[in-house]
Amino acid sequence: MSTRGPVPLVGGRRTTSGWGWLPALVIIGLGVAAWQVYATRSGVSAQILPSPARVVHAGWLDRGALWTNTLATLQETLFGFLLAAAVGFVLSMIIDASTILRNALMPLLIGSQTLPLVAIAPLVIIWFGFGLTPKILLVALLSFFPITVALLEGYQATDPDVERLLISMGARRWRVFRSARLPTSMPFFFAGLRIAITYSVVVAIFAEYAGATAGLGVYIEEETHVFRTDLVFAAVLVTTLVTVGLFAATYALERIMIPWYRISRQTTRR
Amino acid sequence: MTSRPPITPERADQEAPKLRLDGVHHAYRDLEVLDGVSLELATGELVTIVGPSGCGKSTIFSILTGATAPTSGHVLIDNAPLGPATERFAVMPQSDALLPWRRVLDNVTLGLEVQGVSRREARERVQPLLATFGLEQFARAYPFQLSGGMRQRAALLRTVVQDRSVLLLDEPFGALDALTRTDMQAWLESVWDTFRWSVLLITHDIREAVFLSDRIYVLSPRPARVVAEVAVQLPRPRRIEHLSSPEFVQTEAGLRQVLHDARGDAAQR
Repeated sequence: MSTRGPVPLVGGRRTTSGWGWLPALVIIGLGVAAWQVYATRSGVSAQILPSPARVVHAGWLDRGALWTNTLATLQETLFGFLLAAAVGFVLSMIIDASTILRNALMPLLIGSQTLPLVAIAPLVIIWFGFGLTPKILLVALLSFFPITVALLEGYQATDPDVERLLISMGARRWRVFRSARLPTSMPFFFAGLRIAITYSVVVAIFAEYAGATAGLGVYIEEETHVFRTDLVFAAVLVTTLVTVGLFAATYALERIMIPWYRISRQTTRR
Repeated sequence: MTSRPPITPERADQEAPKLRLDGVHHAYRDLEVLDGVSLELATGELVTIVGPSGCGKSTIFSILTGATAPTSGHVLIDNAPLGPATERFAVMPQSDALLPWRRVLDNVTLGLEVQGVSRREARERVQPLLATFGLEQFARAYPFQLSGGMRQRAALLRTVVQDRSVLLLDEPFGALDALTRTDMQAWLESVWDTFRWSVLLITHDIREAVFLSDRIYVLSPRPARVVAEVAVQLPRPRRIEHLSSPEFVQTEAGLRQVLHDARGDAAQR
């Protein structure tokens, strides 16, 4: 991108991206307004379609229960996610190190993603009980895959010149991995993390639905049975907010862990 | 300017060369790449290999770094067979290969870290050289924040601090624009003049070869062999303004002629 005249050292894009949320907010605002008007004017029952104001109000009144259950779901998601990241790193390193293991493991990994959640979730609950463990396992089962694939892609993206250089310096395999392949894969890792996080909360809730004592899944199920549609909507809203929050957190983590990446992108964009 | 035989009179009585390639052959399957390449590099000498592109210059480097084994022939360093290559050579690749996640200072110490030198000691060793290489202000910058010329300086500093016997520079300025390249050549000449490393340089830039070298080996098109050895008699330190001196122009023209002849011979073969 070429620009005439002086260019600010830290990209002019930052100011635009500060307003980047505006169109999304406008769209959401319009949608909510239309919903509010329809729900209050059309005479539809609040048990079928509560108005947004009613959802927020009911959610606020029941905030204690919502909060407790959100914490339970968040805990499952985060632990599942940590497990997925750990498994992703270990698996990707094993696969990267050996072609035989790659050929042996890849079909299994892909196969693991074809398991229908509706079938596997109740089974995992039967095996591991109603506690935290089955939810962590289910979240991990579905989120380790994009993380592993992203890491593998990242290792492959390593500059061959850099590898040759390290070898000429006397580096062994592990050193090349540590100094070149692993750092190269980091931006890919965060991209994989973002893909995984968008559905990990939903997976945790589904796992709770299949059998749990606490969590947003349990809350949704209970409120559905007593026709508190407004509270169901409130729980859905919380789920969305949690997911968006976790998504944003990956960017924060990226900024802390690989600060060079954002600076390099700003530099090359100019 | 002399052609073969390779030993020029003033070098005849010196001690054994730092590096000697003796009849090095290399074939990749049926494809003969090197057809008995012999060359020498004395301590503190800057020697260049020039040749048409694809002639096998890079194969010579990969043999020296141990990445490729010669089909036959010998590589001698200090008159002894080449041991673990990585302990002898420091390589500057064609692309600067700086790591984008390391600041310049940490890029420069990479080779020392691989050798097992602690990060602190590596930094201490590099510190005094940063100023000489004009990188003092950029030590904390990331490579992508530097100009092409500055990146090459950092890459060269990373190469020399490894403290190896011979520096292998593979078309170090090939990716730079013409103006920056001339600046970098003048700069390399001045730092080389200060430190007198033993350097083996690969280039296809004839002017660069004449400007920087003590001697130049001209390779034929593949399969490569040395078709001429040219000693550059121009006095040092050499400066940009010498590029237009009659001696320089004459040497450059002579070398160009040798290269073109070599290619013509190959076409007739």
